Amino acid sequence: MEFSLSDEQRMIIKTTRDFVTHELMPHEAEVEATGVLRPELQAALKAKAIDAGLYAANMPADVGGAGLDTVTWVLYEKELGRTGYALHYNCVGRPSNILCACVGEQREKYLYPSVRGERVDCLAMTEPGAGSDVRGMKTTAVADKDDFVINGTKHFISHADHADFVILFAATGEESGPRGIKKKITAFLVDMGTPGFVVRDGYRNVSHRGYNNCILEFNDCRVPKSAVLGQVHEGFEVANSWLGATRLQVAATSIGRAERALALATEWAAQRQQFGQQIGKFQGVSFKLADMALELRAAELLTLDAAWKFDQKIATDSDMAMAKLKATEMLAMVADEALQIHGGMGLMSDLPLERIWRDARIERIWEGTSEIQRHIISRAMLRPHGG
Amino acid sequence: MQKIIVGIKRVVDYNVRVRVKPDGSGVALDGVKMSVNPFDEIALEEALRIKERGEATEIIAVSIGPDDAQQQLRTALAMGADRAILVKTDQAIEPLTAAHALLAIIKTEQPDLVIVGKQAIDDDAAQTGPMLAALWGRPQATFCSKLTINGTVATIVREVDAGLETIEVDLPAVISADLRLNEPRYVKLPDIMKAKKKQLDVTDLATLGVSIDDGLKTVHTEAPKARAKGILVKDVAELVDALKKKGLVS
Repeated sequence: MEFSLSDEQRMIIKTTRDFVTHELMPHEAEVEATGVLRPELQAALKAKAIDAGLYAANMPADVGGAGLDTVTWVLYEKELGRTGYALHYNCVGRPSNILCACVGEQREKYLYPSVRGERVDCLAMTEPGAGSDVRGMKTTAVADKDDFVINGTKHFISHADHADFVILFAATGEESGPRGIKKKITAFLVDMGTPGFVVRDGYRNVSHRGYNNCILEFNDCRVPKSAVLGQVHEGFEVANSWLGATRLQVAATSIGRAERALALATEWAAQRQQFGQQIGKFQGVSFKLADMALELRAAELLTLDAAWKFDQKIATDSDMAMAKLKATEMLAMVADEALQIHGGMGLMSDLPLERIWRDARIERIWEGTSEIQRHIISRAMLRPHGG
Repeated sequence: MQKIIVGIKRVVDYNVRVRVKPDGSGVALDGVKMSVNPFDEIALEEALRIKERGEATEIIAVSIGPDDAQQQLRTALAMGADRAILVKTDQAIEPLTAAHALLAIIKTEQPDLVIVGKQAIDDDAAQTGPMLAALWGRPQATFCSKLTINGTVATIVREVDAGLETIEVDLPAVISADLRLNEPRYVKLPDIMKAKKKQLDVTDLATLGVSIDDGLKTVHTEAPKARAKGILVKDVAELVDALKKKGLVS
């Protein structure tokens, strides 16, 4: 087994970390205090990210991306994850890999401009009544001559506030299967401003200030058949083939943030004196540090293992689930303990810890809750036994 | 101007808290993160800007050090150097040997300009540049914080104690880069991928006909003494009092 990093990987880590440290982190305090990432600041940082070749680095080289393998992409995501989500995701955009399923004119209209940073995508799957049970979606798209007519509501849609188009999943029919009626889902590319399509403000939430989720409403919204991404009724097939390792993105960014929290905690434990000695010399603190480092390393190895398997095309759903589950639960633990080691100071907004602690909470919910990941892992174990 | 040679030294990363080996024979390097000497990065950035202004056509990054120094040369190539040369040696070498090695490369490559960092952050010697200029018999301009080139003359602004000093040197010359000369660029991701395909030649001191000097001997290395604990003062008056007591102000 080979665990060492290549020269290229080392350089990618360095350049991404330098960019995050010098360009993004200085704006964390403002975004946290105001809850807003100012559009002009976002535009300026995005231009720098494009110039540094960091923008859309997740995309394949033949469409203008960096063409990173999954392991290297995970290392890049990990560095981005060190700073706030709004800053890294809105400024160093990673267009959805599903856009690689674009064909013909779709590539010119959606794929290439997204890679160049000229257009921004968002992805709409979740509905008020369809979270983990994604196939329960009620949004429908009904064929009408050369068009589809879309009706329904999506919510928790990340980035819709500044996106130019949405990759929308809607039910286009039903079929009966062994476990009853199953909806057939189709993916569409819908431009903002299409008549019958409105984006509304979403909900205020505990994690990731400056990042917004939105509500998307479709009322007799008419799109041409050319708006279908992939094949009609095969939206999930398109998603499964192209969406890529999005759970590894959550895992990697969680690991980056945990690393930062652990570094702060270690520094504090070495500097802070109580009862005449470094607090890190008290076993109550030192054992915490050891456990945090241990959990972090375990999560990182699981994630790199899943990424490597993804490149070898041998990754299972379980591999992805384990990496996401371990990394996000590790982050919750490390963020909480780092804050605990800081005592009262940890709760103050002057340090990034209370933010990391709040931000950690969403990671165990989006991209599949911890419970769904455990379900996936256990189902794979039991299935061979008739489970 | 055609060619610029830039010196690239592999040093312990500036973020690393260095630790002295228990026997005092030097600094522990096992598993320590290594980087390009920050002043050499500035030197390379300046060379890249000269080339981008159309005032040079080729930049060659040169390092003298162990095989692993190829990592730092790859970084230089990713930043934009056209090719690289490693003078491989596993021995710790002193500035004079480094200057002789660079001189040997210069004789083959015939550059119009050599830019090095003003010093390396490991030994802080700041001698390789001046020694090289002397051996080469060409002008030197150290601690450069602004550089303009006009044909075969380079104008250099130097930060000196009295303010800013402006000097002119005839090219070819050796220039050493100071901190405020420029701010090195981020290495672009696509350029990192391309760096792998750039030419990196490996040679060694014997091939270049350079013998290792032994004018310097490291006798002992020790960590600086830990700083004494500070005291908190309430206001400026108390601060002045405390400084007076220590005899630091009168």
